[in-house]
Amino acid sequence: MTAPFDEALLRGLVPGVLGVLVRRGADFAAAEDAVQEALVEAVRTWPADPPRDPRGWLVTVSWRRFLDATRADAARRRREDVVDEEPASGPVPGVDDTLHLYFLCAHPSLTPSSAVALTLRAVGGLTTRQIAQAHLVPEATMAQRISRAKRTVSGVRFDRPGDVATVLRVLYLVFNEGYSGDVDLAAEAVRLTRQLAAVVDHPEVAGLLALMLLHSARRAARTAPDGSLVPLAEQDRGRWDTAVITEGVAALQAALARDRLGEYQAQAAIAALHADARTAAETDWVQIVEWYDELVRLTDSPVARLNRAVAVGEADGPRAGLAALAELDGSLPRHTAVAAHLHERDGDLATAARLYALAGERAPTLAERDHLTRQAARLNTHRGRSCGWARVDRTRNPRIQGPDDGMSGGAV
Amino acid sequence: MAKYLLLKHYRGAPAAVNDVPMDRWTPEEISAHVRYMADFAARLEGTGEYVDGQALAPDGLWVRYDGEGRPPVTDGPFAETKDLIAGWMVIDVDSRERAVELAGELSAAPGKDGKPIHEWLEVRPLYGEPPLITE
Repeated sequence: MTAPFDEALLRGLVPGVLGVLVRRGADFAAAEDAVQEALVEAVRTWPADPPRDPRGWLVTVSWRRFLDATRADAARRRREDVVDEEPASGPVPGVDDTLHLYFLCAHPSLTPSSAVALTLRAVGGLTTRQIAQAHLVPEATMAQRISRAKRTVSGVRFDRPGDVATVLRVLYLVFNEGYSGDVDLAAEAVRLTRQLAAVVDHPEVAGLLALMLLHSARRAARTAPDGSLVPLAEQDRGRWDTAVITEGVAALQAALARDRLGEYQAQAAIAALHADARTAAETDWVQIVEWYDELVRLTDSPVARLNRAVAVGEADGPRAGLAALAELDGSLPRHTAVAAHLHERDGDLATAARLYALAGERAPTLAERDHLTRQAARLNTHRGRSCGWARVDRTRNPRIQGPDDGMSGGAV
Repeated sequence: MAKYLLLKHYRGAPAAVNDVPMDRWTPEEISAHVRYMADFAARLEGTGEYVDGQALAPDGLWVRYDGEGRPPVTDGPFAETKDLIAGWMVIDVDSRERAVELAGELSAAPGKDGKPIHEWLEVRPLYGEPPLITE
């Protein structure tokens, strides 16, 4: 009889264990390899023989692996260096080991893809194979990406605080990658952000956690059984996970109470307003526009401006939305999809159909392409059945799509 | 992070600068070309950007369904005028700029007289997954 094996619990120990090894004087790359080997061993032996002190077990086994590897390495190079069996008493850093590890893996010298891969392995404790599968690349390629990343940060000192913002950007990327194969990267991002929030008191960390939770809560409802996208306005809100929403809102409120607004808190506030509406029609678009104003002020991001135009279209009508859209660069991703939606709301179905088709051609993902093409087909079918190019009498077609066709402006 | 397909054509691409058919190269030039391609793939694996690469034989044919209980209709080999894919490489890179940079390097593969072929490669983004956060 074996005890249930909790892999997330095991992986939660990784940053602390790795921190201990580095603090004892192990170099980061070798320590990380050693921890990975210990993890493999733990997965193999713990189900039948769970240790009384899991963290202590991992530290002991990792340290042994590190010493073995170092000795083998030293022998290979015919060096005389003797590594002492006893842990070296390195300087004890003032900042939490776990936090340092996050900083290191998100170091600005790394490319985004390298930072993501290194974070998933060294902080998340995922294997190279799991990370490769999640990104649909060969394991050998991912192994190289990770080892290059380790080399890149090998000269970075482990005892200096970094910038939380860089860490948050990497975690945001992991969450938003959207791949979910064997390993659910979005869930992993939530776990890593939760873990980070436990060691650093920062309103934006809480804000990002809230943002992730509020979007996670909608995941089940955003995809139809056939895999097609379900826009926010059409989602079955009964399928939203209320427990996760409650946790997200609590994290957001705690963050906002600190009165240090940042982009993740603002985005989370928008997600919370959507979560708060029992039906799409009850959405408080006026408040959502206000939050987009904050977000634009904080980030000056074109994407935020584009999503703001969608919200303005809901709050003040499609003409106002189109006016807001007219101020933006037409080459922005999803700009055409937003234009199509606003024209449809405005009753110009011919223009909307044309723009949906164009937006479909420009869509960055297959699911969006199919969704947008379907929107074009829906309008073309209606127009074909009634009176050619003339406008359809809107009273006969009262069903107007939600605010988010093509996913812009809060589709899913 | 995004994946791109680098597509190489036997026919159908605009003419390369050093546009001499392979059968008029020296054997050493062919070997040098093959080595360049292999080295390029190995280098991309080393940078953690390689996903896949395949070469295609030119003798293909068209096939289509011809109704219940009937064998598929075939037509081929391909006519001379057809666009003909020679092979591909799939890469996973941080930006479109990086994809273009790598395609440029692949296009520099040596041909006749050991000089770069300067052949045209088609660069096509693969569809990814929709992001979770869209508002």
